[in-house]
Amino acid sequence: MNLPFMPVVLWSDALLFLLLGVVLVFVRQVRRHEHLRAPWRQVGRSRLGMASVVVLACYGAIGLLDSLHFRPQLPAEPGQPVQYAAEVSSLFDVLAGPLRGQAEQTYSAPFATRLFVKKSLHLPDGRVTRDYPRLQYGGAHLSSEAERGPDIAVRALWGALSGLGVAAVLWVMAVLWVARRAGLDRARAWSRLWREPAFGGGRSALVTLSVLLVLGGILLHWAGHYHVLGTDKVGQDVLYLALKSIRTGLLIGTLTTLIMLPLALFLGVAAGYFGGRADDVIQYLYTTLNSIPGVLLIAAAVLVAQVYIETNPDLYDTAAARSDLRLVFLCGILGVTSWTGLARLLRGEALKLREQDYIQAARAFGVSRLRILGRHILPNVSHLVLISVVIDFSALVLAEAVLSYVGVGVDPVMASWGNMINGARMELAREPVVWWQLTAAFLFMFTLVLAANLFADGVREAFDPRSGVRA
Amino acid sequence: MYAYVIRRILYAIPILIGVNLLTFALFFVVNTPDDMARIHLGAKHVTAEAIERWKTEHGYDKPLFYNASAEGAARLTDTLFVQKSLRLFAFDFGQADDGRDIGREITTRMWPSLAIALPTFLVGLAVYISFALLLVFFRATYLDVAGVVLCVALMSISGLFYVIGGQYLLGKLWNLVPISGYEPGIDGVKFLILPVLVGVVAGIGDSSRFYRTLFLEEIHKDYVRTARAKGLPERVVLFRHVLGNAMIPILTGVVVVIPRLFLGSLIVESFFGIPGLGSYTIDAIQAQDFAIVRAMVFLGSVLYILGLLLTDLSYTLVDPRVRLE
Repeated sequence: MNLPFMPVVLWSDALLFLLLGVVLVFVRQVRRHEHLRAPWRQVGRSRLGMASVVVLACYGAIGLLDSLHFRPQLPAEPGQPVQYAAEVSSLFDVLAGPLRGQAEQTYSAPFATRLFVKKSLHLPDGRVTRDYPRLQYGGAHLSSEAERGPDIAVRALWGALSGLGVAAVLWVMAVLWVARRAGLDRARAWSRLWREPAFGGGRSALVTLSVLLVLGGILLHWAGHYHVLGTDKVGQDVLYLALKSIRTGLLIGTLTTLIMLPLALFLGVAAGYFGGRADDVIQYLYTTLNSIPGVLLIAAAVLVAQVYIETNPDLYDTAAARSDLRLVFLCGILGVTSWTGLARLLRGEALKLREQDYIQAARAFGVSRLRILGRHILPNVSHLVLISVVIDFSALVLAEAVLSYVGVGVDPVMASWGNMINGARMELAREPVVWWQLTAAFLFMFTLVLAANLFADGVREAFDPRSGVRA
Repeated sequence: MYAYVIRRILYAIPILIGVNLLTFALFFVVNTPDDMARIHLGAKHVTAEAIERWKTEHGYDKPLFYNASAEGAARLTDTLFVQKSLRLFAFDFGQADDGRDIGREITTRMWPSLAIALPTFLVGLAVYISFALLLVFFRATYLDVAGVVLCVALMSISGLFYVIGGQYLLGKLWNLVPISGYEPGIDGVKFLILPVLVGVVAGIGDSSRFYRTLFLEEIHKDYVRTARAKGLPERVVLFRHVLGNAMIPILTGVVVVIPRLFLGSLIVESFFGIPGLGSYTIDAIQAQDFAIVRAMVFLGSVLYILGLLLTDLSYTLVDPRVRLE
């Protein structure tokens, strides 16, 4: 077998797909049981909740595409063994082809046709002037710069129309689906989907998706010809950087959970249910960890991990694998330092559940401890776990930016919003101001975190037994 | 009560030992002094002699736990564990990599930190609680919904943006306050306005929403209905009855951070160029000065445990039913 590329599975990719598998198993489990489905149905009916699910799904899709890594084959010379590029690419890189390759010399503003700084230009007659040179790619297809405005507008129109076209197909499919499910004719199904409160969630999901499709269409029509969000100091397209950062943000938010969850579940429930010596030890453990200031503990561990990576170069073969290793270490460290909150919560809950009648009854019947834990305690604390996982996600995405600023975040060469903000700090002090990199990081991060927060609210409302009491 | 306090202080000792062992393991066992020397010397200058010289200069040329070459008790005391780690218990922090005494740095740098952190904390608390009470006053109206939406939006913005945005708008564009800097005394107040403002605004979303939930839980209780039935104005009901009864959960979250105000905020201090402990720590992290990081970790833990103790004591102030035995 001779593939034109060599698949590369980085550590974080493997963990991400493992996590995806876990989520799929969880979804199957939920679909099978009516009592588990009910709260999710409530989430599905909430309009904000569903809108945020769509946004999160879009981020997730980009993150997953960006996690399928490979090394392309280099042009082979006859007789030589096949060589692969040292640089690791992802499926997303292939899809975003022009964005990735079209690097300018340095800064350029969004939609600019010229560079942001003056350079010495050699005129055809041999003289040298200082002027803003034309960009190599941005607006290069224009025959004169005066066409820029109309060209941008026309492209936006086409993009919006193509986005609307896809959205229209989706709406038709949704109407047909409702019509078939409810046995109605199409006009009735449409008015039902459009008006009835019970369809509020689906409706808002479709509207959000339509908006995203239109935006995506416009971006697609622009991106090949302009730098929509400008370029950074080394001429990289900022839109590409911001999109690449999605994977980093998602990984920090989710892999950390994957590491934190088993620790918190096991230790928290064990402390609460078994009590006695185990409780003392576990409580001591989390009080000790808790007493160290969070950033400092993370910083200390990351510094140590950094030294470890530097002294063990045989752990990685490419630069991508090296920054990936650091990312995985960072997630591990965040996981090990952040299980205490959830563990304390679970301990309290297990302590309460232990005295419940049904648990006492199970014990009286001689059900083994492990079985009680698995069948009775775990399902009854799962809502706490779920709520705290979705709440933690947004906090972790925000934490990445701060940690990168402190210098203990992801690898400085890795695309991440924290690194973008870090790089953009000095740009605001320039005259005139370079504002686009900061704006891009802000927009992408804000959208993700806002969606995650809204989703977390929806989940909490549906799963927290106390939330029904509240006004 | 004194017995309680003494017992709590005694409980703190095993926890601090745990912290001590953990940092020792991180900085000396996982990561040997040789690695440390290699990083500080840089890749070009690493020779066996250079590493040994660096270790001697900084006092790392000792075994970890047992010094076979020493005499008597020194076999146990003339080790890295005792010299570098256990000494922290006597608040003897040793020297930083640049040779300065860490203890003296801490006592001079904690005042600027406090000058920022204390006003941020007090103003913030007042603003968050007032804003939350305002939302509760307008509960189940569009104002309340708008307020909660605002809170969620505000808490979705990274703290870094507040700092950068504040510096850009107030400092650069409108020229109201200096962008960064610090001066002790009354003249320095102009330097404090922006960091305090940024610190307060950055926390508004998270905290106000949290307090709103607390207050909403109280507001449906019987005593609130009774207070209203007596004809008390809503203002008095909210500020005296609801706030008073929500005091325990508020104190739980608030008092514990008071001692840590000394340590300052890493982000705010480094952005605003304030010579406090926060910027000291961030500089140490970036320069990989492990001695300072270790000292700050230990200090942070001590202050946290102090905060827990103060929290318990504060309960007795607001709730006469709480007795510390």
